[in-house]
Amino acid sequence: MTYELLQEYWWFLISVLGALLVFLMFVQGGQSLLLQRDISNRTRELLLGSIAHRWELTFTTLVTFGGAFFASFPLFYSTSFGGAYWIWMIILFTFIVQAVSYKYRNADGNRMGRETYDRFLIANGIIAPVLLGGAVSTFYYGSDFTVQMDNLTKDPMTTGNVISTWGQYHGLELLLNWRVVCFGLMVFFMTRVQALMWFINRIDDEYIQKWCRRQTVINGAVFLVLFLVCMYALLTATGLKTVDVHQFQIIRFRYLLNLIQIPAAMVALLVGTLLVLGGLVRTVLSTEFRNGIWLTGTGSVLVVLALFWIAGYNCTPYYPSCTDINSSLTIYNSSSSQFTLETMSYVSLAIPFVFAYIAWVWYKLVK
Amino acid sequence: MNDIVTTIDWSRAQFAMTAMYHWMFVPLTLGLGLVVAIMETIYARKKLDPKSAQADIDEWLDITKFWMRLFGINFAIGVATGIVLEFEFGTNWSNYSWFVGDIFGAPLAIEGIFAFFCESTFFAVMFFGWEKFSVRQHCAATWLTAFGASLSAWWILVANSWMQHPVGMDFDPDQMRNVMTSFTDVALSVTAVNKFCHVITSSWALGACFVISVCGWYLLKGRNTGFAFSSIKVAVIVGLVGIVGAMATGDSSAVGVSQDQPMKLAAMEGLYEGRRGTDLVAFGILNPSKKWNDDQDAMLMEIRLPKGLSILSRHDPNAFVPGIKDIIEGRDIIDGKEVNTVNYNERILRGRIAQKALRDYNQARECKDIVGMDKARDKLAKHYKFFGYGYLSKADDAIPSVSMTFYPFHIMVILGSWMLVFLIATVWIVFRRPRWTEYSIAGHPVFPWLAVISAPIAWICSQCGWIVAELGRQPWVIQDIMPVQAAVSSVGSGNVKLTFFIFLFLFSCLLLAEIGIMLNQIRNKK
Ligand code: HDD
Ligand code: HEM
Ligand code: HEM
Repeated sequence: MTYELLQEYWWFLISVLGALLVFLMFVQGGQSLLLQRDISNRTRELLLGSIAHRWELTFTTLVTFGGAFFASFPLFYSTSFGGAYWIWMIILFTFIVQAVSYKYRNADGNRMGRETYDRFLIANGIIAPVLLGGAVSTFYYGSDFTVQMDNLTKDPMTTGNVISTWGQYHGLELLLNWRVVCFGLMVFFMTRVQALMWFINRIDDEYIQKWCRRQTVINGAVFLVLFLVCMYALLTATGLKTVDVHQFQIIRFRYLLNLIQIPAAMVALLVGTLLVLGGLVRTVLSTEFRNGIWLTGTGSVLVVLALFWIAGYNCTPYYPSCTDINSSLTIYNSSSSQFTLETMSYVSLAIPFVFAYIAWVWYKLVK
Repeated sequence: MNDIVTTIDWSRAQFAMTAMYHWMFVPLTLGLGLVVAIMETIYARKKLDPKSAQADIDEWLDITKFWMRLFGINFAIGVATGIVLEFEFGTNWSNYSWFVGDIFGAPLAIEGIFAFFCESTFFAVMFFGWEKFSVRQHCAATWLTAFGASLSAWWILVANSWMQHPVGMDFDPDQMRNVMTSFTDVALSVTAVNKFCHVITSSWALGACFVISVCGWYLLKGRNTGFAFSSIKVAVIVGLVGIVGAMATGDSSAVGVSQDQPMKLAAMEGLYEGRRGTDLVAFGILNPSKKWNDDQDAMLMEIRLPKGLSILSRHDPNAFVPGIKDIIEGRDIIDGKEVNTVNYNERILRGRIAQKALRDYNQARECKDIVGMDKARDKLAKHYKFFGYGYLSKADDAIPSVSMTFYPFHIMVILGSWMLVFLIATVWIVFRRPRWTEYSIAGHPVFPWLAVISAPIAWICSQCGWIVAELGRQPWVIQDIMPVQAAVSSVGSGNVKLTFFIFLFLFSCLLLAEIGIMLNQIRNKK
């Protein structure tokens, strides 16, 4: 395989992991629903019970997403994590407390009280989707960094020799960008809708069925509004086009053009949107229909795939810099070497087997 | 102080703190995982054998489930601390992530794809699959969880070993980073094999001591004694195999260190000036005012084993082992011949030449000066071996903290030896002389008390091991190629300080919560 093909293949794998991650974050969406005021003890335990043992999978997907990004596009890892320091750190804090909460909240000898852990779950349920979503939207709207490779040969003690530098707010500035916040909120409501679909599918309880359908109306409506706003912002946004490895040019309607020029993305986006809509509408209209999760789940995976593709393919830098556009990262200038990508590609052939045993085990477990 | 220096220090402190927290839970996962798998195998065999008595089957099911519960409590927090480490490479060691990401990222990704998914999937079966899976399948899942944990240890240790002894790579000036040239060299390096074996076997010993310690408490209270004896019998065998393995592989680790990181070895032993047939300091107190280039004694007091260090590190009683001064001045004796290795001032010079060559290369490339590029590239290749030294300002910067390497090393070896004695004694006692467990001095039952303290001893031992490995290699993140000051992110020290304290607070709360829950489970066992 040629180097370019390998780079594109790895961006594809990243997009798959990203899409699965967004879908699996229904766990977070479910946690955030504990915030609802009318929730009784019984409802809460039933809801949490149905997602309790799914969180490991979401968590592991996040870890693998991080690891795969590191292995395939190390310059992104180096630039984004060290730069948008606070965004990533806050995400980490909430995942740390999430990991213990399910196990410890009802354990004997739990001294911090059940409520503390439930608050941890709520915090993770809100913050993680908003910030992860916001971080992904910087794939279009850019961030405040420069990359200067020659810095490596400078003196660390006097001039500093870090190749990627970022503005002084280290990611917090993103929270003032309405397009980023909107995108984060959109992802957040998406995870909530997904969670409601999951509950409707899994929990045999009349009250919960009703409650979830009511919640679906509200959360679904908010989600749709945010989705339209985000799509409008995205498709009218200007973006960059690669001229040379480290040279870029500003283009209007960049992402709209990408959508037109990458038919697969267009199809995925349209079909995905229709599936999500279909799932939502059928669930709201019928009190019998419980399989919405299949439609919205598949739909959201397709939409996220499309979003990743228009961010990185078609000579688009997936990590544009607002400070110095020529520092922007593309899948070609930020990837691992050909040798590493090739080796890792052999490794990736085993991924379907991993999926297969996970699917088999979960099939047996839920049966 | 200069802000970059404080950023480096806080980043180091943060990495060290989060790693040490992670390492409180990980060895227990590795060790207890194996113990539980063996226990469940015993249960499964009894269950599948039509001749076994029901009471017997129930006993082993109870044993398996009890230790599995503790395993689960520990596992959750191990996962919580692990994710932080992975992201910290990016957040706090951003230059590092680029400079060696091409090599270092791969094991991390493989770990995620295989080990973590294996572990977390079968973990779910272990806990919720009792009714849904057959006895055999469930038992297999328990083994697979333990296997997944060990697999993840394997890949992360490959990554760590590569930092201690970089192999299978080349520097590419066009990309300004190191690129991988051989995956098998990275994944199967001798350093990695040694490290993995040492870590795994020592974790078995730790897991076993944990079980023995909890059972010791039951014996002390005179309750659940039957349960305690059966559990100890399984644990002690695992522990004995573990500790013997840890000693053997600890020895081969030391040999590896003497070859790849002689400075670390010298610091581990507080050895400033080497000679033929160097003694091993069994225990000693370092002279805190000793400098590498003065004439003071290195030790205030010591107990020596004649020629021990020569035997340990070069497997030859009369071998020469270089001390810190020898290494800095570039002296060693190999196969009886005095060799002049490159002294540190020279290394710093060559490192700077290499860095200058890299700058020249970049300039030449910008002017499309092919000849200049070739020249600079050759020069760079010639001196690249010492690239990292170019970032140091003087030879002293390349010496790790001797006390933070020497004491932990000796504590590890001394406590490790005690564990060997204790575990051998335990085998004898539980299999041959169970009555001896009741023997007491001045009203204090001896065996139960020794059993209870065996767990903290194992933990101290294990933590000390990492302190030796990591502090002993300072200032290098990548041995000889990148020192810590060149590896950091450009984040103001205030930010790192704040995250340090947030992590410290979160982890400490969670640790206390975990211990509380564990103790409760242990206390309430029926
Ligand atoms: C219960 C735990 C335990 C026990 C009993 C021992 N160790 Fe250990 N040791 C570790 C736990 C450990 C560790 C935490 O697993 C380390 C840290 C890094 C590593 O590779 O393993 C380690 C590292 C480590 C290193 C540094 C390796 C390096 O820097 O690459 C050496 C030389 C030894 N050990 C030697 C020994 C010897 C001679 C022992 C004999 C008594 C011993 N250890 C017992
Ligand atoms: C700096 C290095 C390390 C990083 C980046 C790291 C990363 C991680 C991560 C992300 C997890 C959570 C995985 C999940 O989602 O299930 C984890 C758990 C784990 N890690 Fe580490 N780890 C490091 C060091 C180590 C070491 C040295 C070992 C063993 C020798 C180890 C063994 C494990 C094991 C067995 C688990 C399973 C859960 C548990 O801890 O109980 N890790 N690690
Ligand atoms: C899990 C047990 C571990 C412990 C207890 C541990 C301990 C430490 C300590 C004490 C330091 C600080 C050294 C200093 O003052 O600079 C450190 C630094 C570091 N360690 Fe480890 N370490 C562990 C595992 C690992 C592993 C498995 C890796 C690599 C995969 C790793 C990579 C690093 C890095 C990158 C640094 C920062 C740079 C440096 O200071 O050397 N550590 N570790």
